[in-house]
Parts: sequence; structure tokens; C-alpha cells
Amino acid sequence: MTPAPSGRSAWAAAVLLAALVALVGTSLLFGSVRLSPGEVWNALFGSGDAQAVTIVRELRLPRALLGALVGGALAVSGAALQALLGNPLADPYLLGVSGGAACGTLLGALLGLGARGAWGSSFALPLAGFLGALVAVLVVGAGASVGGRLDRGRLLLSGVVVNAFASAILLFLLSFGDAAHTQSFVFWMLGSLAGATPGAVKALAVYAALGLALLLPLARAFDALALGEETAATLGVPVETVKRIAYLAASLLAAAAVATTGIIGFVGLLVPHAVRRLAPGHRALLVLSFLGGAALLVAADALSRSLFAPAEISVGAVTALLGAPAFLLLLRARP
Amino acid sequence: MPWLEAHGLSAGYGGKAVLEGVSLSLAPGRVSVLLGENGSGKSTLLKALAGVLKPQAGDVRLAGRSLGSVPRREAARAIGYLPQGFEPLFPMRARDLVLLGRTPHLGAFGVPGAADRAAAEAALLEMDATALGDADIRAMSGGERQRVLLARVLAGEPSVLLLDEPTANLDPRHRFLVLDAMRRRAAGGGSVLFSTHEIDVASEGADDAVLLAGGCVLAEGPVATTLTGRLLSELFAVSARVVPGAGGKPLVSFGPPPAR
Repeated sequence: MTPAPSGRSAWAAAVLLAALVALVGTSLLFGSVRLSPGEVWNALFGSGDAQAVTIVRELRLPRALLGALVGGALAVSGAALQALLGNPLADPYLLGVSGGAACGTLLGALLGLGARGAWGSSFALPLAGFLGALVAVLVVGAGASVGGRLDRGRLLLSGVVVNAFASAILLFLLSFGDAAHTQSFVFWMLGSLAGATPGAVKALAVYAALGLALLLPLARAFDALALGEETAATLGVPVETVKRIAYLAASLLAAAAVATTGIIGFVGLLVPHAVRRLAPGHRALLVLSFLGGAALLVAADALSRSLFAPAEISVGAVTALLGAPAFLLLLRARP
Repeated sequence: MPWLEAHGLSAGYGGKAVLEGVSLSLAPGRVSVLLGENGSGKSTLLKALAGVLKPQAGDVRLAGRSLGSVPRREAARAIGYLPQGFEPLFPMRARDLVLLGRTPHLGAFGVPGAADRAAAEAALLEMDATALGDADIRAMSGGERQRVLLARVLAGEPSVLLLDEPTANLDPRHRFLVLDAMRRRAAGGGSVLFSTHEIDVASEGADDAVLLAGGCVLAEGPVATTLTGRLLSELFAVSARVVPGAGGKPLVSFGPPPAR
């Protein structure tokens, strides 16, 4: 398997973008209320009946867009962490983000933040999860700093340990919660796009744009980092600065995604792997990862809603069910 | 003025010194070889000269200026460094890898232009690696990969080449190719310092030699005065025999350590 020359990555981006648009369009047709393509079209662009407009614009479109943004954010986060750690098996959840977000969310729920009618019920819980993730990220970063340097090996170890510690805190907190807390928390853990709101879409769009704006200028530095930190330094790359920005941007993307939709696995690991062979460098890799992650999660969410309709299965379960075998196939396809 | 100098340079890892008080200078037009036993500090010295390793004491000067005060990109354009051993984890085409050698020359947007591509192609050609241009670096033999990595250094068109065992894994023909490339850089006014354990490569390719023993310079100077039976016997703790060869280049042969 040889990485493609740069012309092919432009084609791949165009194909993925077309697939993403088609998937978002198709996903608007799925749901408990049966709507024809014409009704969906009218609800989107014209003046359909009020119920269809509400369903499409307030429920289905935000859900599809949130899926695209979360999938894209997770995949870009994975690609950046793989470049940062020099490890093709790095995953956005490796560095404590998932554990921290889970602790923050559960703690928030126990404090009553997510309760119906409570102040800011729609965004207080994601905010608690986001803060939990950031605390974990900072602890992991502090644990991996040696004499002002962010040490790649220690970053991995420190992330694993912080995640394990977060699990312990979770178990501890869960023993204080009642059954209702536990159930809603487990549902959050599984990952779902069901709670998508236009507000969540806007918030995640800001984080995704911010993450990409921080990471894309580092693409060339990521390419050089693949030659090793020392070689990158002798090529004039400010290695420590690049690593710090990459670490924060990747964590920010993953934290925003996890806090909004729970833990959706395998997107951040699988997608960069799958598109790597189409990307001659990290600029293309980041863009293709975003498009691929977005398309994958929109498709997985459509599956999660339609496989056992009207019952809905967790989208996190779908990505893991599809992701694990797909990843093994990709590994076997490597030389 | 020498391109690169070390003055009383001490360097090492985690507070432990591997090099102690090393002084040397690399003059324009000269190819120098770095010789020494395993663990004598050759790689550490190359790293410190390349600026990868901060000196614990003393300093490194690039064209008369302390390396620490030279802007990062300027130093990167002047010094080309080839580390030892590289295990690629990600797929990468040889051509894209060589183009990374142009990194310090790229503008704000980091997009390589026609001149950068031309420099990369010229370097691939010089290393007889043009046919490998589209191949994945991970699928190559050790010698093929070594030539691509060398092309990456050459593509940056540096004035100083610091090469850690550049001829490792190479067959005789490609070894000469690398020696020729180093000679061309020196003839163009540059300086080259390379390490090797192949004594024939050292005597064939170098004008000067730096003999490193236990982190200190045992001897430094033209190969005629440094590649001698006495010094090489002392350096490697074997019995070294040196006879004058063609063109005045010393012909060295090693034997087992003398019985005591």
C-alpha cells in the first residue's frame, strides 16, 4: 500500500463530501414519523406543514449535523493525537478525555444540573462534562511534562492512568446515586445523538472550527514530526510548541464531542487509519479525517435508528460493532 | 571562518555527561570523519553540534555565532542532520519524505514550490533513488531507506552536513555515491562531519579525522596524521596496521588486540 499522490486526495475529499451531503440528506428521511422526500424538501427549503417543518428543522437536521460535527471532531482529534504521539494506535480517548468527561457529567447529574426544569438544564450537563475532560487533560499533561518538555511516552502512560483513576471515581460516585441517575448516566456513556438541539450544533460547530483552525497550520510540522522529534527540530520545527497546541486542540475537540454526545468509540481510531492511504500528508489527512468521520457517524446514527425501528440502539454500540471488525480488516491490509 | 565550532563542549542525557570538554572546528571545503568505539560519544557529539542536544557546558558556534542565539529556521537551513536509525510508523512516499527536507525554506503557508520540488528530485537523483520516489518508505530495504533519508538531508541544501553513520547498510557502489555527495558539498564550500565504523570509508572519504575516546577528543587533524597505527591501536584497543595507499590515502587493517 502506497500513499497516494496529492491529486488523488482532492478527489477523495470531493467523494467524501458528496457522500456526507447524501448521507445527511438521506438521514432526514428516517424517523418515527414517516415523511416523503418531497415533504422533507419542502420542510427544509419551502413551506411544508408546520409539523413537518418542526420535525425536520428542529429534530432531524440538528441530529444529522451534530452527528457530522461530532464524527468529524473525533476523527480529527484522533489524527492529530496520532501525529503528536507518533503512534498510529492513538485514540482521542487515550489521554483521559473520556474518563474526565464521564466524571464531570456524573458529578453534574448528582448535583442536579441535568434535572428537568433546573437552571440551564440543556447545557449545564455538557458543560460539566467538558470541564471534567479539561481537568483530566491538564492532569495528564502535567504528568507528562519533563523539564518543560511534553514527553510522548509519558503522555500515553499518564493518560492511561488518569482514565483508570477516573473509572475508580465513577464507581465511587455511582454508589451514591439513585437508580435514575445511574440509568441516565449509563445511557450517556453509551453515546447518543438523540439529544441534538440547534444550540448544541452551534456550540460544536464553534469548537470544530476552532480545533481545525489550530491544527491545520500545524500540518507541515506533523509531517516533519513523523521523522522523529529530533529530526523535526533540525528542520526548524518548534517541536514543543507544536506538541502543546496539538495536545490542547485535539483534547478540546474530543472533550466538546464527548460532553455533548457521550462516549462514541472507534471513530477517532478508525477514520484516520482508513483515510491515511489517501493522504500524502497531514493537511490532506486532517481534512479527509473530518469528512470521513462526519460521514461515518451520520451513517452509523441512521443505522442505529432504523435497524430495530421504532426502537433505537446506541450509536456508540453501532460504531464499535462496525468499527472493531473494520479496524482488524484494515490492519490485515497493511503490508 | 569555520562553519561550525565546538568550544569546551560538554553534553549528555539527564545530567550525566557523555562528552566532556570537546573542542573542534569544521572548516569550509573539508570532509571530516568521526571515529570512536561504541559509546564513545559520536552520536551525542553530532546531536549537540546539530542543536538537538543542549550543551551542559561550553558552546557550539555556527559561522561565529552561538548556535543558541541563531533563529531556529536559519540554523535549520544551514545545518543538515541525519540521525541514526529511523523506524517509520506511518506510510509515506519517498518523494514526500525528501520534500520534508525543504521545510526550513518554505514560506508562511508551508506549501512547497517548483524550486523545492526540483531540489528534492535532484537529491533523489544524486542518491540513485529516483526509481524509489513513489514507493512507501516502510516497504524499502535498509539501504534503500538510508539513501532516501540522505536525500532528505541533501534536499535542504545545507552548508554543514552532520551525518550519523550515513553509509550504514549500503552496498559498495552506493557507499561511493554517498562519499561523492559529501565531497561535492565540501567542494562547494560546505563542511561535512560523518561518523562510521568502516575504516576504509573513513580513509577513502575524509580529509580530516576526529578521534573520540570516552567522550574526549583523542586526536584531531588531517587523516595523514590521525589515521596512524599508534592512534588507531589506542583508540580501538586492537592492533592497527597502516600503510600508504593510492593517492596518499592511508590503508588501514585491523588485527586482534596484541597479547599482553
